[in-house]
Amino acid sequence: MKCDSKKLDTQYSIHNTQYKQGVFVNIIVCIKQVPNTTDVKIDPVTNTLIRDGVESVINPFDAYAIEEGVRLKERFGGKVTVITMGPPQAENALKEAISLGCDEAVLISDRKFAGSDTWATSYTLSCAIKKIGAFDIIICGKQASDGDTAQVGPGISAHLDIPQVTYVKKIEEMSSGKAKVERMTEEGYDVIETPIPCLVTVVKEINTPRLPSLKGMMRAKSAKITKWTASEIDCEGQSIGLDGSPTRVIKIFTPPPRKGGEMLKGDSADISRKLAELLKDVVI
Amino acid sequence: MDYLLTEQQVMIRDLARQIANEKMRPVAAKYDETEEFAWEIVKVLADSDIFGIYIPEEYGGLGGGVMEMCIVAEELSRACGGIALGFAGTALGTYPILLYGNDEQKKRFLPHIAKGKKLAAFCITEAEAGSDAGSIKTSAKKAGDHYILNGTKQWITNAGEADVYTVIAITDKTKGARGASAFIVEKGTKGLDFGQKEKKLGIRASATREVIFTDCKIPAENLLSKEGMGFIVAMKTFDSSRPGVAAQALGIAQGALDHAVDYARKRVQFGQPISSFQAIQHMLADMATQIEAARALVYASARMIDSGAKNIAKESAMAKLFASDVAMKVTVDAVQIFGGYGYMRDYPIEKYMRDAKITQIYEGTNQIQRNIIAANLIKESLR
Repeated sequence: MKCDSKKLDTQYSIHNTQYKQGVFVNIIVCIKQVPNTTDVKIDPVTNTLIRDGVESVINPFDAYAIEEGVRLKERFGGKVTVITMGPPQAENALKEAISLGCDEAVLISDRKFAGSDTWATSYTLSCAIKKIGAFDIIICGKQASDGDTAQVGPGISAHLDIPQVTYVKKIEEMSSGKAKVERMTEEGYDVIETPIPCLVTVVKEINTPRLPSLKGMMRAKSAKITKWTASEIDCEGQSIGLDGSPTRVIKIFTPPPRKGGEMLKGDSADISRKLAELLKDVVI
Repeated sequence: MDYLLTEQQVMIRDLARQIANEKMRPVAAKYDETEEFAWEIVKVLADSDIFGIYIPEEYGGLGGGVMEMCIVAEELSRACGGIALGFAGTALGTYPILLYGNDEQKKRFLPHIAKGKKLAAFCITEAEAGSDAGSIKTSAKKAGDHYILNGTKQWITNAGEADVYTVIAITDKTKGARGASAFIVEKGTKGLDFGQKEKKLGIRASATREVIFTDCKIPAENLLSKEGMGFIVAMKTFDSSRPGVAAQALGIAQGALDHAVDYARKRVQFGQPISSFQAIQHMLADMATQIEAARALVYASARMIDSGAKNIAKESAMAKLFASDVAMKVTVDAVQIFGGYGYMRDYPIEKYMRDAKITQIYEGTNQIQRNIIAANLIKESLR
């Protein structure tokens, strides 16, 4: 199955990159720092999470993204830049990513980003990625454990107009201008060839994340994190934060448990008549 | 208790603890049963840079000392004292090179050991020479620019799995204590063989074998220091490595105590958790106090060695003696607290008791440790 993209020659690809083994691959990993608990509190005004006072960790799926990025670097040679949009404390997540093998880290943080939905978030991240410069592949975790939308990765690829493959369980090859990946499905997997640059979101089946190394932790301690505010990335004011969020969280609630269905009895003529009446009631 | 660890030591401790809890605990019982060597854990430790913590930075390590080595040994031993020997036994086999190797030897071996690519083993004990290390018979005859080794070493930790063997052999029978020398022998050298894996009471995940030299030819560059320095190399090696054994004992004791406290809170008899009974509380209190005292002694001796002190034999022996005796007592009491369940192999606690015993025996029996302490005490009083 081929994934067509009109943008084979985007401004984001590195023109001098050869995709042979042992030559440089530019990898960007997007991560999110999330609360380490299911007991989250919601701000009643904005209907978004209150993050203060709760222990924060790297979003579990993003750990797999970081590991895959580092593995690609080890396989092909290259560089991993990890990036996150978040409050100042998200710097800790970036440092942890460096201790796991990422080379550079960028924190995009500004009060103006507060209240972003997935559209505004992916817009903001894509502006930062444009500022980072050339890349071959962006790796995201499938979804965040707090929002659970799984929309930011695809949103970034839409904003950057690059091909995306989600639910990736294996990156088989990266060669001249394309990558071959396995996308997990309910029955098995699809093998997809996509042009580079591209974005993938990964599932837990892709790898087993490593533990940090001591040298990595020491590097993380002294690492310089690049920090950008809204004015430092080329973004439009009305497209970020609460203003840039077309969706609103109206309510978050646990749906009531599903009740059993109603069994209709009689011959098929009876049943179809009853069913039609019931449907009329529900729809009208 | 806060032992005022440095930031780097805390980092090392937390990482070792994470590895012990996430990687070692789930497989400890399996390796104890199958007695296979836990290469998967060696790989995790290697990838985390743990093997290099006590090796100087210029040879690829992190530049820490005995204290860092002890911190790791304790954390790993809380999960499994046997698997921890892949690390601790390598440290023992590496100290001769660290302390007496020349720059060329250090460059040749230390970087691989620091990366966890090569394990090490220390070979001195023989069938007829345990506490009486001076009676070793393994010989090393100079022949041109080689030495030829003949003899059999017994009960060597990591034998067969390690790549680097530091060996004490007799170069001059007539010179008595000054007649032994220390050598480095690499696995794969012709004439180096290994015996069967020994079947042990405890630390079953640790590989213990005979190391057999049959006209084993090694280059003269593999001599550590000078001919005649063998026993000094051995004694100084033990002075630095004994806190490591003490730390292993400490870890085993702490691991057992943690299990015992947990069990005591959960086990209900006579309508109450047994942790509410004074008999149990007093046992736990004594166990915890002894462990803390042992920890303080181990850390103090480790820091003393790292500070560059010249005479460390007495303190090092004290740490090993005390911590290992504590480990044996604590683990026996822990089994007692578990009651009948403590005797069952399905429960993790009996393994701690089996593992603790060896710490009173190897790297100098506790009787030898007492000899060392007394000898140093008396020597000091004569000054």
